[in-house]
Amino acid sequence: MATLNLMVLVCLAYVALLFIVAFAADRFAATGRSTWLRSPLIYTLSLSIYCTAWTFYGAVGYAARSGLEFVTIYLGPTLVMMGWWWGLRKLVRVGRSQRVTSVADLISSRYGKSNLLAIAVTVLAVIGITPYIALQLQSITLSFSIFFEEAPVGSYSDASVVFWVAVGLAVFAILFGTRNLDANERHHGVVTAIALEAVVKLVALLAVGIFVVWGLSGGVAETLARIDASPIGEWQVNGSRWATITFLAVAAFVCLPRMFQVMVVENDDERHLRTAAWAFPLYLLLISLFVVPIAVVGLDVMPAGANPDMFVLTVPLAQGKAALAMLSFLGGFSSATSMVIVAAMALSTMVSNHVVMPIWLSAQGDRASVSGDVRSVVLLARRISIGAIMALGYFYFRLSGGGSALASIGLISFAGIAQILPAMIGGLFWRGATRIGALAGLTVGFALWLYTLLLPQLGAGILPQSVLEQGLFGFGWLRPEALFGIEGLDPIVHSVMWSMLLNAGVFCLGSMLSFPSPLERLQGAQFVDVFDHSAGPRGWTGSVAQSEDLMIMTQRILGAREAQVLFQREAALQGGRGHLPEPTPLFLERLERELSGSVGAAAAHAMIGQIVGGSSVSVEDLLAVADESAQLMEYSSQLEAKSAELARTARKLREANEKLTQISLQKDAFLGQISHELRTPMTSIRAFSEILRDEDNLTEGEKVRYAGIIHDEALRLTRLLNDLLDLSVLESGQVTLNMRTGLISEVLDRAVSAALAGAEGSLLVRRRQGTEAIRLTSDFDRLAQVFINLISNAQKYCNAPQPELVISVHDVGGQVVVDFIDNGGGVPVEVQSTVFEKFFRVNAEKAGGAGLGLAISKEIMQRLGGDIVYLPGHTGGAFRVSLPLEEAQVGQG
Amino acid sequence: MSDGAEEPVAGKKTPSVFLERQSYRRRRLMDAARLLPVLGALLFAVPLIWPRAGQPGAVQSSHGVIYIFTVWAVLILGNLWFGHLTRSWSGRDPVDPGREGDSFPPAGG
Repeated sequence: MATLNLMVLVCLAYVALLFIVAFAADRFAATGRSTWLRSPLIYTLSLSIYCTAWTFYGAVGYAARSGLEFVTIYLGPTLVMMGWWWGLRKLVRVGRSQRVTSVADLISSRYGKSNLLAIAVTVLAVIGITPYIALQLQSITLSFSIFFEEAPVGSYSDASVVFWVAVGLAVFAILFGTRNLDANERHHGVVTAIALEAVVKLVALLAVGIFVVWGLSGGVAETLARIDASPIGEWQVNGSRWATITFLAVAAFVCLPRMFQVMVVENDDERHLRTAAWAFPLYLLLISLFVVPIAVVGLDVMPAGANPDMFVLTVPLAQGKAALAMLSFLGGFSSATSMVIVAAMALSTMVSNHVVMPIWLSAQGDRASVSGDVRSVVLLARRISIGAIMALGYFYFRLSGGGSALASIGLISFAGIAQILPAMIGGLFWRGATRIGALAGLTVGFALWLYTLLLPQLGAGILPQSVLEQGLFGFGWLRPEALFGIEGLDPIVHSVMWSMLLNAGVFCLGSMLSFPSPLERLQGAQFVDVFDHSAGPRGWTGSVAQSEDLMIMTQRILGAREAQVLFQREAALQGGRGHLPEPTPLFLERLERELSGSVGAAAAHAMIGQIVGGSSVSVEDLLAVADESAQLMEYSSQLEAKSAELARTARKLREANEKLTQISLQKDAFLGQISHELRTPMTSIRAFSEILRDEDNLTEGEKVRYAGIIHDEALRLTRLLNDLLDLSVLESGQVTLNMRTGLISEVLDRAVSAALAGAEGSLLVRRRQGTEAIRLTSDFDRLAQVFINLISNAQKYCNAPQPELVISVHDVGGQVVVDFIDNGGGVPVEVQSTVFEKFFRVNAEKAGGAGLGLAISKEIMQRLGGDIVYLPGHTGGAFRVSLPLEEAQVGQG
Repeated sequence: MSDGAEEPVAGKKTPSVFLERQSYRRRRLMDAARLLPVLGALLFAVPLIWPRAGQPGAVQSSHGVIYIFTVWAVLILGNLWFGHLTRSWSGRDPVDPGREGDSFPPAGG
């Protein structure tokens, strides 16, 4: 007969075995000789912490109460595993590429590393999981008490058992869950131990099942007949519960912190999923295979009123199979302990990373890099968190008295954890999901779960009876179990329906109405398109960061040896010779991910930010920089434009200056010239008039000749003065034009004959009379003056042996142009631009006039609405006179 | 996830509009893998329409047990088959471009 003492002995031996296995596995992993530790088998078995004592004991109780409904708890995870290719694979990939440490870290990381969101998820998880941990403690206590009832010994009390069990589990979790701070946050020791426990619980349940089917019932057919004859012999599953609980199991499987821990965080290789995808459903199938037979046989053979939750233990015990009962007890013990250990580890990671570390960091101010050992702080925070969580579970168990049926606690816990699902699914598959939406959805879902399920079901006394019956503030439609007046639903179905509907609705609405920060949008893209790219979302500029400081900080978090290995590896990667890597942005980013594995994404970001100081580049900073550089570019392009304008102006000024200088020189030359021109005739006039006055014996002929010279010279002076007067009149605009209409050929005829009359030299003028029959309205006297000037210029300056002038008339698009082209040397290029200036003369020696002819011509043509220009590109001198045709008409001839 | 990342056939410069036979098979296999959970959910939802205890023609619990566990086993086999097929293309699988060939045999295999 198994006694309680033997029981305790076996128990202690089993725990010692677990310690040894965990210790050995850690050693193996440390030495790298652990290929089988990272095998898909271990991974699959570690997933079995889904099956807790609630499964081991509770499933049979559940089946004894409601038939096959219990199976939905295992169908949900089966469906999730079936869809691993597009669901879990993405989750695992994201978890690995972002170094996610917990489900809270995942949500926080996805929504722009929001610590508020992480705290919300952490609080939700702690509140949801504490009853679940209490449930495990309760099941262990119950199983002990059953053995006690079988063979009472002196001093036994539930309270002391549960206390020591809680302490033992906490010690185990602390020893193997917080031994080191690994960047990857993997715990080979714990994982191996729970894999062993997974085997134990499966074997135990299968053994009891086989004993029941073949030992007690006598075969499969007999067992099936016994099922049909039992109180649960007919299908009695409530459809809404069936669907709701399947959904809850799906949600819990991916959202439960402990499941996330083993499935995503402890995952070594994504390909393990391929094996787990069929192996884990197989495990679940085997676990549930004998549940109904055990329940049916238990209902049959056990006395009425026996607790069906304990059939797995009591049936073999009642049949005198002590060894089988012992195995069964170990199975239940394994289920409870593995769940509690992993759950405590996962929760402590969340609490320390998202609650303790941020508080500690902000309390430290900016001294994190120089004072305090972060590594020990993190470890201490986790150890205390584990202790606190276990204490919470213990006190919850003591306060609640452990009365409720196991299954209901489990389902309530599932419903709470499922509130994370919308934010998680939305974060993984919808880039538009925002922090505001996630926070709002989570809050609404959490509040509804609290109000409609947790408080009415478990918090007896917290919620006043009046609220339960009449609703909050007396509003009937706010009754916790009949929201909006919908009555008659199962409490679980009612709560899950409302909380999930409103949670998802508020999440979507909040996401659509709010606008995400740039970091959120980047992280969203990284999560949703994780298979397309897995580069880091933000950059550090390391120019200010000191490698030594980073090294010191990393040592404090990861431990001295690990930090040195990491830094040396990075230095080698960078190809440097020193043992410290350059703080390149790439290195800082990798370092941040390594650290985030230990202290969480937000804390790691803050810590590196403290060391790197102001040069930590947030996306906002980058955007600001981009803005600034855009402004700078615009400014510089404005400057460029201005400087180009300045250069243009300067060039114009230079040109103007040159022109002015030239004009000034011309003026000087002209003054010299004009005084010369004036003095020459004046001298002649004075000399000859003196001769006429003083000489008495002059012949009549001489007198006439001298008087003629005086007259000629006076005429010349008059002409010069006339020209000057003419120019000044033209320039001042006081000229009156004598407009009349005529043929241009007439003007040319007059000009040619006037210019050539009485002139020495032999200028040959060629004209094409046919093209000259153009009628126009103009001042023909002035026009003739221009033409005469041009022809006499040609006469004066054309240096060809046989001087020749071609006058051609064209009608060019609304203008009449008259070209005067001679066959001489033309005007030199350098003076072509000043040829129309006043007082200009190509060459002073040959000058007959005062250099005003062309200037006057230019003024005249401008008064007439036309122009006169020098035509470059001809061998000889070439001038073009253009006249507007508006007032011109083509003649009939 | 480009299955078109196959080695191009010599002489062809531009990728063909149609995938090669192997890639085509692979894509349809992925479609099947996506449908598997949907199929599972549908099959597991069948008990919702069964007449319950107290109604005429109520289903026997043993039949329910047999049905559920048979569907379950079939789904597991389907996933096993898919996992087996996808194992063979792990080398070119864009999912894991890293080390190839885990020396350890699959669990239970």
